[in-house]
Amino acid sequence: MTLNIVGGFGDFALFAGKSLRCVTESKRLPPRIIRAFYEQGTVCLPVILIVGLFTGLVLGLQGYHVLSRFGSQGLLGALVSLSLIREMAPVLAALMLIGQAGSALAAELGMQRNTEQIVALETMGVSSHAYLVSPRLIVSLLSFPAQTALFVVVGLWGGALSGSMLLGVDSGVYWSSVEQAVEFRDLRECFAKAALFGLLSITICAWQGFHADRCRSATGARGVSAATTRGVVIASITVLVADYVITSFFI
Amino acid sequence: MIAHEEKFILQVEGLKKSFDGRSVLGGIDLGVPAGSLFTVLGPSGTGKSVFLKCLANVLQPDAGRISFDGKLLDAEGRAGFRKRCSFLFQSNALFDSLTALENVALPLEQTTDFNNKEIRNRSLEALQQLDMEDFTQHYPGQLSGGMQKRLALARAIVTHPELVLFDEPTAGLDPLRRNAVFAMIAKYQRRFNFTALVVTHDVPEALVASDRVALLSEGRICFEGSPAQFSSSTNSIVHSFRDSAEALAASLSAIRQEDGNKNGNNSR
Repeated sequence: MTLNIVGGFGDFALFAGKSLRCVTESKRLPPRIIRAFYEQGTVCLPVILIVGLFTGLVLGLQGYHVLSRFGSQGLLGALVSLSLIREMAPVLAALMLIGQAGSALAAELGMQRNTEQIVALETMGVSSHAYLVSPRLIVSLLSFPAQTALFVVVGLWGGALSGSMLLGVDSGVYWSSVEQAVEFRDLRECFAKAALFGLLSITICAWQGFHADRCRSATGARGVSAATTRGVVIASITVLVADYVITSFFI
Repeated sequence: MIAHEEKFILQVEGLKKSFDGRSVLGGIDLGVPAGSLFTVLGPSGTGKSVFLKCLANVLQPDAGRISFDGKLLDAEGRAGFRKRCSFLFQSNALFDSLTALENVALPLEQTTDFNNKEIRNRSLEALQQLDMEDFTQHYPGQLSGGMQKRLALARAIVTHPELVLFDEPTAGLDPLRRNAVFAMIAKYQRRFNFTALVVTHDVPEALVASDRVALLSEGRICFEGSPAQFSSSTNSIVHSFRDSAEALAASLSAIRQEDGNKNGNNSR
């Protein structure tokens, strides 16, 4: 058991290292970068907008009722913005992106492994890591922070909607509270988390899909399904653990 | 037909491979003459595909030496070998999210410095040579089995390889299509002058199309020679593999005769 876990860490580190190192080996990278942006950006946009909006709405609603107990409704903007920027946006956006882009990536690579497309690349002298994985990893460093930023903006508007329009907090007070509360270091923490979560989760999902054939208990279509599930579960847990570790450094 | 003074483009010595302690290849020695269509025959499960995948470095052999064009295929030699060799998979291994043209263009895009126009022209030329010019924008899933095979061959030859490895190219096809695939391999092997190494269990087609054949049995090459020598060989393994249809007919005849005798006894 322990050996398996240590072996898994080692295998993951080698996979990630090889995929990042061989970025320069791949020719004609831009079309695959654009495709990766589409997969991790455009395709995931609706879910980020919906989850961001409702997170903001709920934060506004809960925050208002908690703060009103202490007569501090004026701090609603600070509560919503700091909650979103420091914790909720990077984590929830990463979990949503794992569910959408990460699972799709694991399934796609798993199918390509099953139908020998990955081996075919290797026999052509094309690095499968450079061709299939590297562009996705590069894009994750940009797409996750971008999606997180969007999540924050939509969430703040959600908070404003429930706090100001529905519960009566003055709109000027809300936005002024946001402006006063948010500091540069909060944004730095937010984007550092988003970039790291992006890199970790896309690498984990790619790693699981890429080696979908290694699972001895499930082969074929079940192997792909098992690899996809493992990818999503491991990536989600890793994001939560990494969130705690990073937060403890920043606080 | 091959020349008398044979130059082996591919030489294999003592190739061994086992899985979980079970030996699949028990020391293969083989020489493939340059410019020939060489077929390795053998029943299913004897390690033909494993042999081919060891040659293509998809699987790592446990022991043995592989030389290509006189150079040992070690870690350094592999890089050059991959540029001069193509592999045609049993499943075709086409990229299902790319069109036919993109499939053929991929090896050129990733392994050469040609510009886009040159890549497109070469890819279209390869597709034209395999009569696929009307299907350039089709995805593999929209093509028939035979067309997919031709598309896979177009992708394999677009880089002008010197050696093409064919893994069970006729698996699962009816006799007519088997003939067509072997005819296609023989035709393009001669047209493009590459060396073709085919593994299959289809004896009649292989004997007609090949320059040389070898028989793989229990992880070893137990026969190597011309198709004529294979047809007249008295080797017991060759005999049992080659004349399996006759053996089946004899066996069925005996069963029918036995059934006839039983029915006769019952009716009395």
